[in-house]
Amino acid sequence: MLMKYLFGKNEDIPPGTASIFFSFSAIVWFIIGTGLGSFNAAKLAYPDWVTGFEFFAFGKMRQVHVMAVIFGWISMAFAAAMMYITPALGNTKLWSEKLGLWSCMNWNIGLAVGLFTLWMGMTSGREYSDFIYPIDLILLFAVLIPVSLNVWMTIAKRRTQGIYTTNWFFAASLFMLMIVLLVGNLPEYFHLTGLTEAYLTWWNAHNILGLWITPVAAAIAYYTIPKITGNPLYSHRIGHLHFWSIVIFYSTPAAHHLMSAPLPEWLKSFASVEGVLILVPAIAFVSNILLTLQGKWNMFVENIEVRFTVTGVLLAIPLNMQGGFQQTRSINWYIHGTGWIVAHAHLALLGFSTFIEVAAVYYGLQVLMKRKLYSLALANFHFWMLLIGFSIYWIAMTIAGLIQGAGKIYEVPYIDIVIAEHPYMIARWFGGTLVFLGNCVWLYNMWMTAREGTPVPAGRMVHELAYER
Amino acid sequence: MFGAALSMSMFITLVMPSFNIFSVGSTALALDKQLTYGFNSGWNPDDMFLSGANKPLKVLLKQDPQTGAATEPVHAYVFPVNARFPSGILHPKVLGAGSDVLSVEQGKINEASEAQGAVFLVRHGEHEGASYPYIENATATRGWTADAVLHAAGDANTSHAGAGKTIFVREGCWWCHTLLPEQTQDFQYFGAPPYLGDFNGESPTAFGSDRKAPDLLHVGSRNSSKEWMMMHFFNPRLVQPHSIMPRFDYLWGKTDADGNKIDYAAWRKEFVQYRNGERITPPEVPNYRSDSEIRYLIDFVLNLK
Repeated sequence: MLMKYLFGKNEDIPPGTASIFFSFSAIVWFIIGTGLGSFNAAKLAYPDWVTGFEFFAFGKMRQVHVMAVIFGWISMAFAAAMMYITPALGNTKLWSEKLGLWSCMNWNIGLAVGLFTLWMGMTSGREYSDFIYPIDLILLFAVLIPVSLNVWMTIAKRRTQGIYTTNWFFAASLFMLMIVLLVGNLPEYFHLTGLTEAYLTWWNAHNILGLWITPVAAAIAYYTIPKITGNPLYSHRIGHLHFWSIVIFYSTPAAHHLMSAPLPEWLKSFASVEGVLILVPAIAFVSNILLTLQGKWNMFVENIEVRFTVTGVLLAIPLNMQGGFQQTRSINWYIHGTGWIVAHAHLALLGFSTFIEVAAVYYGLQVLMKRKLYSLALANFHFWMLLIGFSIYWIAMTIAGLIQGAGKIYEVPYIDIVIAEHPYMIARWFGGTLVFLGNCVWLYNMWMTAREGTPVPAGRMVHELAYER
Repeated sequence: MFGAALSMSMFITLVMPSFNIFSVGSTALALDKQLTYGFNSGWNPDDMFLSGANKPLKVLLKQDPQTGAATEPVHAYVFPVNARFPSGILHPKVLGAGSDVLSVEQGKINEASEAQGAVFLVRHGEHEGASYPYIENATATRGWTADAVLHAAGDANTSHAGAGKTIFVREGCWWCHTLLPEQTQDFQYFGAPPYLGDFNGESPTAFGSDRKAPDLLHVGSRNSSKEWMMMHFFNPRLVQPHSIMPRFDYLWGKTDADGNKIDYAAWRKEFVQYRNGERITPPEVPNYRSDSEIRYLIDFVLNLK
């Protein structure tokens, strides 16, 4: 079937096919990514578990987990959402389903090759830009540019008058990600060295999160909440504020990742002030979504997609309160380089962003396949596995980080910190494993939805039928 | 408007810091590091599988390589034929004002060629009334060849720290061991934080962000025992029962220093017996070959002073 579509005429491909392929790919990468995470966490608790194999060493697998979840799960779920939401908001079809399917295939192959090379130890030695640059270039030209072209052309060919908030974010974030990947990998193309290399590495890491993951996840919530609740967005002006403050404030604090490195002091101070200003887009986004829910808070309990999305939005509150202040000098000296940061990164990617994307994949797949969810009970189970697993992880790592921070400032022998952290490493493994198991259930549920889900009658919306038999 | 906003942000966060960082002159440590580590310790087309190929050697020279007469011990950085030069040699501007002029005029670094190999020294000199460290191309100034210097130093005084950094990057040591004592409270335990000019020409810097283990920037000053390092890399639980570090026994390769096959399965079995109290002493850690990857890595770690 895939071959028929890849080499067939664009008109013969049913609308939504690209998004469906992207959604299932994303779920599979989510399982792979969280599985690797669980495996790595086990090694931090029990270092001699699976020993004697070079390629199962922690140092060879840690980056594979990170890249799999960011560029497999999160970014593919974004692509799935874009290929479904952009045409829906433009009252049109995706510009090219065929191009979308080709991008999906290139993405899966390119990412698999990239993760394999990383696993073999072929790394640039830079966090978040670990891929060797030939892989970066393949992902840029064979994946990111085709996906962007598809989204931009769909917006250009829309049959509505204005462009809705979600689509500004989609269009701008794709462009900004291109710039970020191009500039962020300059140290590799041109062999830049020294502090320039260190700074650009973190400029890239910061902006992948700030100009790609955060705004696109928020953009999805701007679609799903008004669509499913039926309430119009509370304020388009606050949406404007959110968009522009992301571009202006979130693109500038890269140096706050290197607060204790010997960078120029003006740069660190500037980054720190800009870092606090990230609260502007954050508060604009959270208040806008929560106020949109006025009168429909019952759906937070009753509707699985709303529950996932709003949980993600609520998790954005602690996320941004941490993010805004933990990078100031007065706090950063204590928690820099500790498990606190690991907890914060998971709050952003596994908390805020993942919960919103999971909702988008649930909703998009049901709408596009015109099938009701196979099992609401399994979806609820998935929700609680994700939330409980994540919470255990986050609490354990936050405590571990505070222990490390105290150990750092009181300069206790490092091995005592390792001993004190041990119970939290076990808790982290347990929490991560719950997330992994929940995702396996999710894949089964979505697969069965495709095979055996009750067809949704024309003219009805899936969330209206959630409780009908 | 969108373009203006993004360009403004890029100007402040990319252009301005780049000019500022570019204007920082090298410290002597930065010269030492780039001459020790060579061109690039991450993936590059000359070393696709990060095996530590085309890397310089750092030797401690106690005699003149030409006459054989005993001299004051000096570190020399030997680039065998086709070893890649670091950025500071290829583009002296990277060294910063003062050091670049001295390195070219007095150090003659622009006469060095990768195809013929070269030997470098770190020196201090005066330029316009101020003192700067600079690089001397001893092949041009003194006629020292790579082979003669390696021969004069001998294997015991030769450090593969350059190849070792590649192994450090490939094995992901930096996911847990930072190379950045922080500017706050790390002095007493992990030593002084680095200065602005300590990094010119080094790539990747591999600061690390997630410290799950001791900082290593000055580890060679805290612990200079090769034997301790050997046991610790082969199985960290030999010297630190609570360590969560992975075993790096596979870096020994298939054979030990005497060419005997290393029986890993038997070693692990004996170690389990030792751990369970069935043996009084742990099994012996095999001596590594002088061209094994673990030799490179231990040389790198011991060189972190």
